[in-house]
Amino acid sequence: MQKNFGSLDRREAVKMLLADRGDLLVISGLGSSSYDLFDAGENAGNFYLWGAMGGAAMVGLGLALAQPKRPVAVVTGDGEQLMGLGSLLTVAAKKPGNLSIVVLDNGHFGETGMQQSHSGLGARLEVIAGGAGFHSVTEIGDLESIAAFRRKMRNFDGPHFARIHISSDHVPRALPPRDGVFLKNRFREHLGFAVT
Amino acid sequence: MAVSTADDVTSRDWPLDIYHSLKTAGVSQLCYVPDAGHSRLIQLSHADRDIKTTVLTTEEEGVALAAGAWLGGDRAVLLMQSSGVGNCINMLSLLASCRLPFLTFVTMRGEWAEFNPWQIPMGKATQQALEIMGVTVFRLEKPDDAAELASAAASLAFDSDQQIAVLISQRMIGRKKWTETK
Repeated sequence: MQKNFGSLDRREAVKMLLADRGDLLVISGLGSSSYDLFDAGENAGNFYLWGAMGGAAMVGLGLALAQPKRPVAVVTGDGEQLMGLGSLLTVAAKKPGNLSIVVLDNGHFGETGMQQSHSGLGARLEVIAGGAGFHSVTEIGDLESIAAFRRKMRNFDGPHFARIHISSDHVPRALPPRDGVFLKNRFREHLGFAVT
Repeated sequence: MAVSTADDVTSRDWPLDIYHSLKTAGVSQLCYVPDAGHSRLIQLSHADRDIKTTVLTTEEEGVALAAGAWLGGDRAVLLMQSSGVGNCINMLSLLASCRLPFLTFVTMRGEWAEFNPWQIPMGKATQQALEIMGVTVFRLEKPDDAAELASAAASLAFDSDQQIAVLISQRMIGRKKWTETK
């Protein structure tokens, strides 16, 4: 089994991605990506998916279309994105300038026993995103490149796609709130919508 | 090559009635997997600059898109054919978990004068598939009811945080017409 798919610590990678996040809104995909987003700092502009496997990019698209003046990032894993590959075509066809899809790729299904994923077995998600129609595609293997991509996420010239190679090493659990109604109301309140 | 058309339907322009009801309800996003029965409403949506219209590769994308739209303050609707309902099952749990509004219009296959036996199983299971995931189902059988039913469904969805599906009878769409072009 290929263990060292990437060398980046996933928690450090996401912290670097979200440093000085300003008004960035973030959707995280089911699994470790939600733990990483929470660990990087609780924020009412975070929406953690605890289900909806394969749907993170589409939740991000609906949000990005509704909030065109806010930068929106989807932070998800290779397994989650692999289950919704069609959504890359849908995002690319719609071309929301404020949306970035960031895949934390460790080449494995980390939540289910570390089986190798299609990515670990050779699929190249950044090539698939390019083929789907993304004009801005980045493959990232170090923190400096994440810092550079962080600026891109705010330039409204997207949609951007980034595949970040991360290590599959174990990190401690960091569990965000799981109540979906709470997360929804907190997020909408953050955007100025009254909870009625 | 055989080409089907959806032009020969009922005399009443019921897709236009649905469109007006959705506009009145404040819908600003519409997404769809194409179906001949939805072609008129899809055209109206594309022609409307105030509606962000998104074509999907598969129906469950629309469930997730509607969730994101609501998080951002938009009201979205999903158009699909009954065969796509099965694709949505797991994604519908997102709506139940977060009590998110959802409104979908489903054109039925596999019921009235169906010519393709492969459409029957999912057509027969469509209503139950939605209901086991907590979606409330209405049936639109008569063109004259379209405006009122769409309006009531939108209120239930967006004002009462319900998940609503309106199943549009295959009888309203008419028999599938086949035109030999070669």
